[in-house]
Amino acid sequence: MSETLTATTVIDPIDRDVALESATPIVIVGHVDHGKSTLIGRLLYDTDNLEEGKVAQIIESSKKRGLTIEWSFLLDSLQIERDQGVTVDSTRIPFRLGNRQFVIVDAPGHRQFLRNMITGAADADAAVLVVDANEGAQEQTRRHAMLLRLIGIRHIIVLLNKVDLLNFDEQKVRAVEQSVTSLLAQLDLTPSLFIPASARDGDNIASRSERSPWYKGPILTEALAEVPDGNIRATLPFRLPVQDVYRFDDKRYVVGRIERGVVRVGDELSIGSQNGTARVASIERWSAPVRDEAAAGESVALVLEPDVIPARGDFLYSPHQAPEKSARIRANLFWLRQEPLRAGETFRLRLATAEHQVTVASIDSVLRLDDLTEQQADEVGPEGFAEITLVAGEAIQFDPFSPGTSDGRGVLVDRNQRIVGGAPLLGPATVAAGSHAIHPSGGEVSTGERARGKGHKACVIWLTGLSGAGKSTIARLAERKLYSDGIDAYVLDGDTLRMGLCSDLGFTEADRHENVRRAAEVAKILAQTGQVVLVALISPLRADRALARKIIGEEFEEVFIDTSLATCEERDSKGLYRAAREGKIENFTGISAPYEAPEKPDLHIAADKGDAGQNATKLTDYILSKVR
Amino acid sequence: MDHLDQLEAQSVFILREAYRKLKPLAMLWSLGKDSNVMLWLARKAFLGRVPFPVMHVDTEKKFPEMYKFRDEYTEKWNLDLLLGYCPPVEEMDPTLPPAARSAARKTAGLAAMIEKHKLQGVIAGIRRDEQGTRAKERVFSPRGASHKWDIRNQPPEFWDQYATPHEDGVHIRVHPLLAWREIDIWRYIEREGIPIVDLYFSKNGKRYRSLGDQDITSPIDSEASTLAEIITELETTRTSERAGRAMDHESEDAFERLRVAGYL
Repeated sequence: MSETLTATTVIDPIDRDVALESATPIVIVGHVDHGKSTLIGRLLYDTDNLEEGKVAQIIESSKKRGLTIEWSFLLDSLQIERDQGVTVDSTRIPFRLGNRQFVIVDAPGHRQFLRNMITGAADADAAVLVVDANEGAQEQTRRHAMLLRLIGIRHIIVLLNKVDLLNFDEQKVRAVEQSVTSLLAQLDLTPSLFIPASARDGDNIASRSERSPWYKGPILTEALAEVPDGNIRATLPFRLPVQDVYRFDDKRYVVGRIERGVVRVGDELSIGSQNGTARVASIERWSAPVRDEAAAGESVALVLEPDVIPARGDFLYSPHQAPEKSARIRANLFWLRQEPLRAGETFRLRLATAEHQVTVASIDSVLRLDDLTEQQADEVGPEGFAEITLVAGEAIQFDPFSPGTSDGRGVLVDRNQRIVGGAPLLGPATVAAGSHAIHPSGGEVSTGERARGKGHKACVIWLTGLSGAGKSTIARLAERKLYSDGIDAYVLDGDTLRMGLCSDLGFTEADRHENVRRAAEVAKILAQTGQVVLVALISPLRADRALARKIIGEEFEEVFIDTSLATCEERDSKGLYRAAREGKIENFTGISAPYEAPEKPDLHIAADKGDAGQNATKLTDYILSKVR
Repeated sequence: MDHLDQLEAQSVFILREAYRKLKPLAMLWSLGKDSNVMLWLARKAFLGRVPFPVMHVDTEKKFPEMYKFRDEYTEKWNLDLLLGYCPPVEEMDPTLPPAARSAARKTAGLAAMIEKHKLQGVIAGIRRDEQGTRAKERVFSPRGASHKWDIRNQPPEFWDQYATPHEDGVHIRVHPLLAWREIDIWRYIEREGIPIVDLYFSKNGKRYRSLGDQDITSPIDSEASTLAEIITELETTRTSERAGRAMDHESEDAFERLRVAGYL
């Protein structure tokens, strides 16, 4: 049967105007097994927000499993995932409390939790943080609290669940309350309220518990009914990020959604990218009453006088209340990509309708979840939180993010157009004394466009193996085959690099490391032009290849040309092994310097087993499967 | 701003994003109440115009009233109508239950139109509250070359930053009505005076609450013959909107299978 998430309850006709009010989104978060699902089930049941027959079903399935009533079965039965035993995404459950509409956002499960939770919760007005009173705050309690802080949810109700396990003992409950309070204080969060409750038994959810006579505060439903409308946007200085400009019937319309403030016909507005101002000649609407003003939240079409043409992403604002403008911006960050973030990576920063090329100039601190302290670190791990500095080639206009607003927060998008992080902006960054302010400017043409133009994707094929293993030979043969196949392939050969770019380098470990770094940087640039780059470089150390992978990013493919030392030495096409054996060459890989074979190369070619042509075919096939 | 104003502003924002970012773009017009609201919102967004084609993927099994409505409003609203037809049911996956198999024709018809017109964006009027799998949808939902919905790997979507296609063969389903509820649709129709097919209104104690193909859609018992009566009826009902759509109910996963394969 289809599951309808609509929890429709009977509404008196008198309530019709009330029902027209918008729904308040409430996100429910908390550590696994602290009772989120049970709470939601209980809440829906106690407030008569369940479809008929649902309760009987739950009692039935609970009985089957020898349980009294397992409320979480209700939510599980709402999830299409239940059959497959996987939880894939957040769900929104409409729910009504007296005269007020809510939407409960539930992001169950652990897999890519942050990604799913942020998708549902980013616009919530308030949160219920469920904490098992018996266990206290746990890792996910801290993680979720941090996310609430970053997305600007300031109204937090802490539900201390399972207080029946503490026998509703006031002193014990107060002690947990104290420890959660100090934890949240570390994140600069002040909970609006602590409610001692048992979601399973319904204590202090929708009815006041007799088991906690000492608790005089609001129960959960009362607390929800008092969640304030956090919308202060209309009272702030006017901001309209231009979404588009239309020209219909000889009339030009500047369209977009007002993020802050109010605009009236006759107002003078500054235009982000242009000097000078324009006047609002009219606010155009179709099939709607004429009004001479519009406020935050409205999607409008303005006619300006004179008829200037702003660009998408331009800010329209009141001339005396300009936003910040800086090419260096400090930002908070929550990181969604599986691979860690490192300084030096370049992204598109999407900020309202604007898009800017930015580079992560520095990772200023990373939050350690264990104790919520800010640490120095080189990278931000998956689902990590950090403070970073972004630099752009041009000055960016922005407003720092603050709770209750909907702008001043950007997303970072990678070259494949994937959203990899959320970045509420903190403010302009100053350049630290002694450091060079670098403002890299990236290309206007995206990877996707280049790939479309070339008819294939770019990548860097990193061939590692002993000297004489056949790396260059295989690479050259593959280059020829690929090129004949319409693939723009190019070989970066270790020896060739050492003739020019790396001619200042020797063979010490430090110089080899630098050699790898330069090769990787060059390969990265070539890949950015859309080419398939084959790098033939001994690159004996795992750490060096890891560095190359880090520099190049996800286009990096490690290929192990696995030829035995015996074969290489027997071939000795360049006479190097003999010289090394005779002690004429120091630090020779395989003889007097280590070769660390890749543990899990993306492709392993057992080169002894085939001739160069067969090995090249293997490589070519692999590359074609990656770039086509 | 009241609730409907907020929904309208958000949908207008979404439609303008789609128009800006996805080319070529087209809007699906099933002739039902939701897609009429969607067309109306497009005219709100573009000052009375619909600046992209409107597509009807015709199963040739719609009610005659619907075809009449289509022809009348294509002209009245000056729409650029693209017509597509669906392959016969015999060509559909025989393991699907009968009604779902019939509904799958529309998936195939739609896929053919997307190919033919090389569409990068398809605007569709689905809503979260209609059905459990639709509740999981994104506003901009990317579809790979086979048009499949990768439910396990949906992109993050927050702060009104939407997915954009990053390679050839990917198109985006745009869902401007995702946050609307059935009752919002009716209140908006009432407030704006949006025309709809009169099959929604009760005749002889029966009316259609949701419109699909004639052979797999049934009417409900209802006396509601005006917009106000329909709204009152919805405020008191506890049955689901799609109760009259056979393909939803044949087996537990029938609708999910349809959607994963590219159904709306």
